Amino acid sequence: MTVLSPRPTIRKRLSSARALLLAGLGLLGLGSSGLPARPALATDSPLPAGLIEEGHYQAVLGDCAACHTQPGRAPYSGGMPFKLPIGTIYSTNISPDPVHGIGRYTEAEFARAVQLGIRKDGSALYPAMPYPSYARLSKADIHALYVYFQRGVAPQPVSPPPNGLIWPLSMRWPLHIWRWLFSPSIQSAQLRTNNQFSDPVLARGAYLVEGPGHCGACHSPRSITLNEKAQTAKDGPLFLSGGGVVEQWVVPSLRQENRTGLGRWSEQDIVDFLRTGRARTGASFGGMTPVIVHSAHAFKDDDLHAIARYLKQLAPARKETPWVYDPTTTERLRQADLSQPGAQTYVDRCAACHRTDGAGYGTVFPPLAGNPVVMTDDATSLIHIILAGDSTHALPTTPSAFAMPSFADTLSDKEIADLVSFIRQSWGNNARAVKEGTVRRIRQNLPQLETPAQLPKN
Amino acid sequence: MPDETSTPTRPDVLIIGGGWAGSIMAKELTEAGLNVTMLERGHDHSTAVEGTYPGSIDELRGAIRKRLFQKLARTSLTIRNRPDQTALPYRQLTAFLPGEGVGGAGLHWSGCHFRATEDDLRLRSATIERYGENFIPKDMHLQDYGVTYGELEPFFDKAEKVFGTSGEASSVRGQKTGRGNIFAPDRSDHFPLPPMADTFSASVFRAAATDMGYHPFSIPAANASQPYTNPYGCQMGPCNFCGYCSGYACYLYSKASPNVNILPALRQDRRFTLITQAQVLEIMLDDTHKKATGVRYVDLSSRTEKTLEADLVILSAFQLHNVHLMLVSGIGQPYDPVTQTGTIGRNFTYQTITSSRVWLPEDRFTSQFVGAGGAGVAIDDFNHPGFDRGRLGFIGGSPIWVNQAGLKPIAAAQGSGGKGAPRWGSAYKSAMIDQYRHSLGIDAHGSNMAYRDVYLDLDPTWTNAYGQPLLRMTFTWKDNDIRMNQHVVSHIGDIAHAMGATRTSLNSLQPGQPFDSRVYQTTHLNGGVIMGENPKTSALNRYLQSWDVPNLFVIGSSAFPQGMGYNPTGLVAALAYWSAHHIRRTYLRNPGPMVSA
Repeated sequence: MTVLSPRPTIRKRLSSARALLLAGLGLLGLGSSGLPARPALATDSPLPAGLIEEGHYQAVLGDCAACHTQPGRAPYSGGMPFKLPIGTIYSTNISPDPVHGIGRYTEAEFARAVQLGIRKDGSALYPAMPYPSYARLSKADIHALYVYFQRGVAPQPVSPPPNGLIWPLSMRWPLHIWRWLFSPSIQSAQLRTNNQFSDPVLARGAYLVEGPGHCGACHSPRSITLNEKAQTAKDGPLFLSGGGVVEQWVVPSLRQENRTGLGRWSEQDIVDFLRTGRARTGASFGGMTPVIVHSAHAFKDDDLHAIARYLKQLAPARKETPWVYDPTTTERLRQADLSQPGAQTYVDRCAACHRTDGAGYGTVFPPLAGNPVVMTDDATSLIHIILAGDSTHALPTTPSAFAMPSFADTLSDKEIADLVSFIRQSWGNNARAVKEGTVRRIRQNLPQLETPAQLPKN
Repeated sequence: MPDETSTPTRPDVLIIGGGWAGSIMAKELTEAGLNVTMLERGHDHSTAVEGTYPGSIDELRGAIRKRLFQKLARTSLTIRNRPDQTALPYRQLTAFLPGEGVGGAGLHWSGCHFRATEDDLRLRSATIERYGENFIPKDMHLQDYGVTYGELEPFFDKAEKVFGTSGEASSVRGQKTGRGNIFAPDRSDHFPLPPMADTFSASVFRAAATDMGYHPFSIPAANASQPYTNPYGCQMGPCNFCGYCSGYACYLYSKASPNVNILPALRQDRRFTLITQAQVLEIMLDDTHKKATGVRYVDLSSRTEKTLEADLVILSAFQLHNVHLMLVSGIGQPYDPVTQTGTIGRNFTYQTITSSRVWLPEDRFTSQFVGAGGAGVAIDDFNHPGFDRGRLGFIGGSPIWVNQAGLKPIAAAQGSGGKGAPRWGSAYKSAMIDQYRHSLGIDAHGSNMAYRDVYLDLDPTWTNAYGQPLLRMTFTWKDNDIRMNQHVVSHIGDIAHAMGATRTSLNSLQPGQPFDSRVYQTTHLNGGVIMGENPKTSALNRYLQSWDVPNLFVIGSSAFPQGMGYNPTGLVAALAYWSAHHIRRTYLRNPGPMVSA
């Protein structure tokens, strides 16, 4: 439909996640290359059939648009603001404009930027650009990506606004040290990822997750120096074991923990979730939604299955007592026993969609019973979504979108604390209760709610 | 949204009205590869806004202050009972409630989703075959649709699959199946979802009706009994019987609406453009008056007048507005009740509906707050084609049903106690509680025939905010329909007795009773731009194509030659799919009249 426009909050959330990383690094500085260069790729040479489409697909796999395309602006023209406490920086123009974009990059320079974080002028990129993951991209995929960005994208003669940062945070040289310490060489990265599996499906899954998909950027824990503690399956159980709290959303584990990981998700559940943002086991919300909207929903079926199968063989990082459905709460609610704190609120506000048995309704309303994101040690996500509401998104793969309303205006901190504790302790969830003060703190830092115009139209 | 002052680009197809009919046509014609622009006079509506829980189930804002309904400040109509009276404006929404905004009446409806009977579609021919031509009262304009049940069956089926309709079939491809309506014609497939559960009141009615030898069945409901994904990939949640269907956007996404079931797919399609706040004033014609060139409309957001041209125009607003727009655009000949010439405004019909109330003993709880707009149990014993009207001397019929749709608090307080009950004090309160807990409603929801002096035309006095004459309704109840209603209601008392009623308050139309526009009845208005086989007595051919302007199709209940016993939406949807099918198959290849006049 022609009046459809992307919802700005989606991109904002993702960029904020990346911005947090940058803020932690305190290593900021960005400029455009001033070096003259020959045209990088002759525009009149014939291309192998399908190469641009392949390059486009690589850009989808890598989710380049998430940071480099600002909603409502030309594709890949950059300028997406990253608002930090110390100032605002903007993503770069990666369209093939020779002055403002990457039109003068040779393929080797392009590969060096994408995979090693070194710009044409030799300065370092921020590690918000996930080049430690992209280092794993094959030469063929880099070639396709390069051809796409030179020939399949329209040049945009615009520069992002100048970064507004104060010295010494604007200095760039410390980034090289970080790069040297934590970023692998292309050869070692590729070897490490490619040599893990003899099964071609698992090998493909490893390549997608560890490489272009850069899942670890959010889902792996980071050390105090903000490098990912593990970058491949071979690096041990920290890899994809959960990435802390970003923008008040808990980034869950993608490993096989029974309660808080993907232990009870089937391969098909993972495929459904990535393709549509919804599965019988749970729905996307928070920071994952833009990843599905801009990237994962368009992955090929084989690639989705490869990713799912790969994730399914990641051993649990923690041993957890298997979740078993406990019907006690359901029976109490059905007998109108609302004596438990939070039970009345749950019946009044939640049960219509999530049911008194906590099972939800298929891919329309997600379950709360046994849902990993409900049982994470940190309850921030559950509190956040009750306060702010959230919605799934209309996608070509699934045109309907479902909205959960915000309860910030209707429920007090105490009511939410009781409600969250009730949900976390019902139906066998057995997670810790939360305190009123935790809800208050999250409420105080709540990002701006979606306006009616940004909500789903169905 | 398009810039407020700019004129949108020229589409292939213009669709006037964003309800069920318009959305179906838009979906079908974008599928055919055409660029389609839909003009809707109201705002966009979405579950996430209008349906946000718990604000969505605010009765004061919803049913009392008419949140989703037409804003009468800009345009209305005038009403009178007889041609010798002076009509006065309809200044408050009472008897019927046209919608406004994307989804139209399809957003605020209940969800009763019927097909038509075989006889409904050829009522004149069937009546003559059964009872002879003299059986038809003088001045009754009894007519056939020009399309048969068999021809429409694939489109009834398609609509049910798009709507996610819950129900139980009786006969599928000639095989007896389930306990559906035994009088319903054969189906090519089952309902896409199992029937809605019976409320307690409906189960009591079902048991009593069975004992009495009637044939109860679950009302086909476009309220999803389970989560559902339709052929367009649009998803519905399951109904929880909250009771907020009619007059509300369903917060569970379980009541079918254009907004939930069709528009999500259209909004993904670059060929589809939606322009809201576009009040169409006129369908423009070329000099020959045989071709529509586009529309003239007011962009209410910028208060500017705009025109938009297209090759094909689909008029799919609410019934009253379809008739009004035909009249003010000068398309076809206005109906004249004296000479009985002209077609636009002819065969305007409504629906006979009377609600009776039954009280059960105090140990039986009907819990009137529980409900769903389309759920319930009905009998068709007084509506099906074989029901012998010969000895009774009327044409038409009524299903009888317990359709417990959820009694809201304010409505319960307003309607407490039945006829003659106290209106204040402890007796009133006690009656209200008694009614809320132990009573149930039984409706006779019946047909309404067309008559020579019941029609729509333009009012000579009153104008709307755009300076156009208002539509004038001349309508009252006629003897045939009153006798039909009385006969059917006479059986409700017996059923109530069999249900163990301690008290009943039976209501029926009374002889000579005029139509009272101050009391809510239904929003099931029909006719005025009817389909048929003869351009002298119908405005549209059997494909809902204008006889006069072949690149104009007029879709909606405005095409019904008379009002049937069922709710109209299922037939509206099937006729839309039927028309679209023939536009795609025939008209687009060879634009022009699809039936020679």
